Amino acid sequence: MTTQTKFPTLEERGFGDGGNGGEGSAGRSAGGNGTALSVGPTGIWIAMASITMFFAAFTSAMVVRAGLGADWTRVALPRILYLNTAMLLASSVTLELSGRSLRAAREGPFFGWLMATAALGVAFLAGQLDAWRELAARGVYLATNPACSFFYLLTAAHGAHLAGGLLALFYLVARHRRIARGASGQTILKVTTLYWHFMDILWLYLFLMLALWV
Amino acid sequence: MAARQVTARWTGGNRTRLAPQSVRSSDVAKASSESVAPQVARGFWRKYVFSTDHQIIGRQYYFLALFAALVAMFLSWLMRVHLAWPRLAIPGLSALSASGAPAGLMTPEYYLSLLTVHGTLMIFFVLTTAPQAGFGNCLLPAQLGAERMAFPRLNMLSFWLTFTSLGVLLASFLVRGGPAISGWTAYPPLSALGSITGPGEGLGQSLWIISIALFCVASLLGALNFITTTLDLRAPGMTLMRMPLTAWAWFVTAILMLLSFAVLLAACVLLMLDRVAGTSFFVPSGLIVSGQMIHGHAGGSPLLWEHLFWFFGHPEVYIAILPAMGVTSHLLSCFARKPVFGYRAMVWATIAIGFLGFLVWGHHMFVSGMNPYSAFAFAVLTVIIAVPSAVKTFNWLGTLWGGRLRLTTAMLFALGFVSIFVSGGLSGIFLAEPPVDVQLHATYFVVAHFHLVMGMAAMFGIFSGTYFWFPKMFGRMMNETLGKIHFILTFVGAYCVFMPMYFLGMAGNVRRYAQFVDPYLQPLMPLQRFITVAALGLGAAQFLFIFNLFWSLFGGKKAGENPWQATTLEWATPGAARAVYRGPYEYAVAGQEQDFVMQNAPDAGPSRARKEAADDNADQISNA
Ligand code: HEM
Ligand SMILES: [Cu+2]
Repeated sequence: MTTQTKFPTLEERGFGDGGNGGEGSAGRSAGGNGTALSVGPTGIWIAMASITMFFAAFTSAMVVRAGLGADWTRVALPRILYLNTAMLLASSVTLELSGRSLRAAREGPFFGWLMATAALGVAFLAGQLDAWRELAARGVYLATNPACSFFYLLTAAHGAHLAGGLLALFYLVARHRRIARGASGQTILKVTTLYWHFMDILWLYLFLMLALWV
Repeated sequence: MAARQVTARWTGGNRTRLAPQSVRSSDVAKASSESVAPQVARGFWRKYVFSTDHQIIGRQYYFLALFAALVAMFLSWLMRVHLAWPRLAIPGLSALSASGAPAGLMTPEYYLSLLTVHGTLMIFFVLTTAPQAGFGNCLLPAQLGAERMAFPRLNMLSFWLTFTSLGVLLASFLVRGGPAISGWTAYPPLSALGSITGPGEGLGQSLWIISIALFCVASLLGALNFITTTLDLRAPGMTLMRMPLTAWAWFVTAILMLLSFAVLLAACVLLMLDRVAGTSFFVPSGLIVSGQMIHGHAGGSPLLWEHLFWFFGHPEVYIAILPAMGVTSHLLSCFARKPVFGYRAMVWATIAIGFLGFLVWGHHMFVSGMNPYSAFAFAVLTVIIAVPSAVKTFNWLGTLWGGRLRLTTAMLFALGFVSIFVSGGLSGIFLAEPPVDVQLHATYFVVAHFHLVMGMAAMFGIFSGTYFWFPKMFGRMMNETLGKIHFILTFVGAYCVFMPMYFLGMAGNVRRYAQFVDPYLQPLMPLQRFITVAALGLGAAQFLFIFNLFWSLFGGKKAGENPWQATTLEWATPGAARAVYRGPYEYAVAGQEQDFVMQNAPDAGPSRARKEAADDNADQISNA
């Protein structure tokens, strides 16, 4: 994508678009030099490592807590979780399609798939809320027993992280014209895509853990 | 010719490939003029308060840490006086808390409040903040030849989160019951049940958890920034293996922070839920507290918290010490006018310490009833971590060996670091043996161990860094005479305060007690009083430092560009081309006029980098 630039100057290395907001430095990294050396993608990989540790702590706490005693009562997982999972997986596909359309310079499909991704993301969160509603209707709350404590905890923590990705998607939707013209926002698209796929994989992992333990 | 050699080096270990034309000085000039222009236009608030400039942010962190250190030191005075003279009323203390210190005499619970805030301030807001975020922001970009940190706005956010976190912690002095009493480790069930477990365990403990959670987020963002900056924004030619050891230390420390603070954050969430949402992650069944049966909680385990906490806690002690180790390596080389002995070994020792630091947390839990086989595994891993620490120590001695020592204040503190680190570190080997630790756990032996190896050693790192980089940070020199007096008093004071604690511990003196009233402890009281007097003196000596710091800000001798004749880029002429041609510690290079060669000096001399480049050329010629 950016291989045409082999020799970025010191200036661009120092001032590459940091991906933390985008404005301000965007003008400097434009001008055909691309963002091959941009700090955004590096940053998101590092952030993902940290988020992985955060969830590793929660899930290992869950495994330990489950092994502690007789009060671990399993709960039947709401069936809507399967639908939610399917929607989230689909949203990763649509985001990939959106990126491809952009690279093929097809603005319409780029925007369309982007909107689809955001919509699926919103639907996923709504579906997770519905799962909570269903459990509550069964009389299962956060403190009812340790297994459902972890169910609420893990879904909430994942949902909060996903909401962050959703905000980035909204931002992309709002700026899709400029992105399509190649003016800016390429880095944010790249970073958001990485993060969104990560949220997807993270959910698969959490869903598996919930299915096995809760 | 020169250009070709440079290219050969650049494409070496650096993951970014650059052509020679990219460092034309015109580019650099353009870059720096662009960065200056918007700065001037900004108002005071944007420039000095809500600043995105890493130079400013670094100073903000530094002064925040200084403030926290003073508060924490003051609290330690109160505690020490109470320990030595338990019936002595401290005038004015009741103004701090009428219920905690009626008529100036602190209650045992209030002692624990002071203890908790002292530990939390020192470990998080001083030792995690000043050496890493403070010096790191001021110097990491400069040392790497980067224009700035990777994410300036996140950087600003990190600082203000840290600031808020400090405010939340200190606010607990003002709430009913006062600050938390569960120590910097906040073990449940004490910390999980609310005010029934004591004053300070109501709102005070909640504020503690919120404060630490905020601190976690701030540290995570800071670590993200440091790692990205190091990976992506190094100047051309600055390969990883040419980074100063300070930069390596900040880099590895940031990785430790990134991985360990995430776990502490998760643990804080769970603890908070136990407190406010009625869950039972950490609270076991059948607890009776203050004569009352605890209802509504069952089946949890305090050990779960201990595992999560120490999984963070052990890396945290290395987060506190690694930057100070980096500073020490950096300074010993500069002031012995010799290259660091075994640079590569130093780098690998840093990485090894970072890695092993994640595998030893169980040594804090030997008395928790863990399976003896796990205890054995943790003991072996713990002893192994002493190996890279020893490698570092020997390399420091090797660096000094045969050097032409310049005993500046900064150097004295670096030497003091080595001494104190060893005096504190050796006792770790004893504590690492479960049968010995069963005796020594929760005694003053542990207090001596960690105050020397972490507390004092890291403070020495902060002091040497301050005396060394002050001219860079503020353009003036600190007063050397005052500095040397400060050093002697601090060095002697540190040993007087903390060495006797080893003996207290071996005699069975428990830690975290507000008063030593048991008969078997009475013979130790003279030693306790000696420690208190020494602690008051050690603290008083710090005012020399504070005075020197602020006086030198305005009245210090104007510093030249490179007052210590150092080699690394933070001392390079501002605006000079930031391309790097050699390793970081080329002191006393044969055949040079000066006894040091800066990293960005392209012209010649038989430095290793030049020799390699020449060899490359020779290869090319012979191939052709
Ligand atoms: C030579 C390597 C080291 C070994 C073998 C070692 C071993 C230990 C052990 C076994 C304990 C637990 C004692 C107990 O609570 O019963 C301990 C406590 C501690 N160590 Fe070390 N240590 C070493 C180096 C360090 C370093 C370099 C630091 C900090 C920079 C450090 C900081 C601490 C702290 C803060 C505690 C006490 C925490 C608390 O209970 O509040 N140690 N050490
Ligand atoms: Cu440890």
